[in-house]
Amino acid sequence: MTEISRELLLHVAHLARLELREDELARLEGQLNDILAAVSKVAELDLSDVPPTSHPLDIVNVWGEDEPRPCLSVEDALANAPERAGDFFKVPPGGGAT
Amino acid sequence: MIDTLRLTAEGAKDLLERKEVSGDELFAAYLAAIGERDPELHCYLHVCEDPGGAGIPIALKDVIGTRGIPTTAGSKILEGYVPVYDATVATRCKEHGLRVLGKTNTDEFAMGSSTENSAYGPTHNPWDPTRVPGGSGGGSAAAVSAGLAPWALGSDTGGSIKQPSALCGNVGLRPTYGTVSRYGIVAFASSLDQVGPVAKTVRDCAFLYSVIAGRDPCDSTTVESPEVVLPAGDDLKGLRVGVPKELNEHEAIEPGVRKAVEHAIELCRQLGAEVGECSLPRSVDFGLPCYYLIAPAEASSNLARYDGVRYGYRSPNSADRLDMYTHTRDEGFGDEPKRRILVGTYALSAGYYDAYYGQAQKVRTVIAREHAQAFENFDVLVTPTSPTVAFELGGRTADPLAMYASDLLTIPSCMAGLPGLNVPCGLSEGLPVGLQLIGPQFAENALFRVGHALEQAIGFDFVPERLR
Repeated sequence: MTEISRELLLHVAHLARLELREDELARLEGQLNDILAAVSKVAELDLSDVPPTSHPLDIVNVWGEDEPRPCLSVEDALANAPERAGDFFKVPPGGGAT
Repeated sequence: MIDTLRLTAEGAKDLLERKEVSGDELFAAYLAAIGERDPELHCYLHVCEDPGGAGIPIALKDVIGTRGIPTTAGSKILEGYVPVYDATVATRCKEHGLRVLGKTNTDEFAMGSSTENSAYGPTHNPWDPTRVPGGSGGGSAAAVSAGLAPWALGSDTGGSIKQPSALCGNVGLRPTYGTVSRYGIVAFASSLDQVGPVAKTVRDCAFLYSVIAGRDPCDSTTVESPEVVLPAGDDLKGLRVGVPKELNEHEAIEPGVRKAVEHAIELCRQLGAEVGECSLPRSVDFGLPCYYLIAPAEASSNLARYDGVRYGYRSPNSADRLDMYTHTRDEGFGDEPKRRILVGTYALSAGYYDAYYGQAQKVRTVIAREHAQAFENFDVLVTPTSPTVAFELGGRTADPLAMYASDLLTIPSCMAGLPGLNVPCGLSEGLPVGLQLIGPQFAENALFRVGHALEQAIGFDFVPERLR
């Protein structure tokens, strides 16, 4: 299967919002290719007529009454905020849209 | 004098009921043991003030959210995070009067097999501190074996309860998927994660499971499960025990491990069980690659929440918001979460999804079907839990694939959502060997029955030799 090039690794890192430093890139690139080579073993089986399993139990939807219940207060919800402004989480401006 | 190394939770309950010790004295005895031995072993990331109450103390793995008590999941990105609500399992423990001793060490986000991926340093094995306790729940398993808690809760995605229990010589249950609530648990791979008990005896393990099991309206994946029967019998008459050859004859299994497991299988026969060979032809060879696609894929999604906005670490070195996300995640996550996020993101990305994640989900079906077929002829399957005894600290850290192989034998049944129980079955080179008992979904009571009968027959001494 595909070998992860430096360019592809940087693309995947961007998708995952990870900024990898140069020393990390050097270390992770080889490890990731080893891991992908190992997990690519799944391709050896012909499973064209096997359905996928996304969940180990054979259960259907669970329904609940749509009733209001107590929930976290604003103070609790903001208790761990790295930075807050009034009743809001405060973040640096711009970026992050791509 | 309370001997916390020997005392079981059942024994502690007797002492409390007969008023031979008070809840405060019991809690203090464990705090004293922690003060004495934890500086060497590093089982705890946080030790609690005595919360009061009359019940038995308990340790909780640090992926379990606890109101007012720091919860880090072994990660720097959650340093200083103090949950504002309790996980359902923590609530159930408290409703039962259990007093939380502290939060135990774990590989970062429960990703690892040695507890060496913890951002706060490794835990050491109480049987030999130069060796790992297993992982990811090495803190809980080591704490129970070293008498630093009578029992504990762990979490298991691909072996994180069973494998450390095997390496530390105690009893650990990974329950059937869906029997225990994950509400308030730091999520790793949601189609696999399960919370379960670690204890010194099968009866303690069964009792603690009964405390935490049951449907939870806050976790829609939970279901009602059969009532727990505390095991008391010492025979296995009428029980059919299957020995899957691929999981018992794998070349990675050390001779000493194999010998101890074969002895336990012979004891099953002597106790009246009908023992036969069976086969899970693709579950071992394809289980590991299947797991290491599905678990990272789900992790890459679950760990997207750590963005420095609402809680946890935020990098101070950022010019704008995108910068803040990427720097926070680079500085906050260790190597193993990064590797898994990258593998998972790749396996889920356009153009690769079908070949990796989609194919792994089909392999998962194959593994589940193979196990279902085996259970047409057998009530319980037996295998080694870990192919090796506890390995040296640092022995596998440079090679992620060597570390991943530690879970070779625990992963297949996890993929199928099946319950698994580790029971100590002897020593090899002076270190504990674990026997893995696997049952069909919701067959915890059968596992407890077999585990208890074997425990009596084997007579394993759960106190590490160097601490006796």
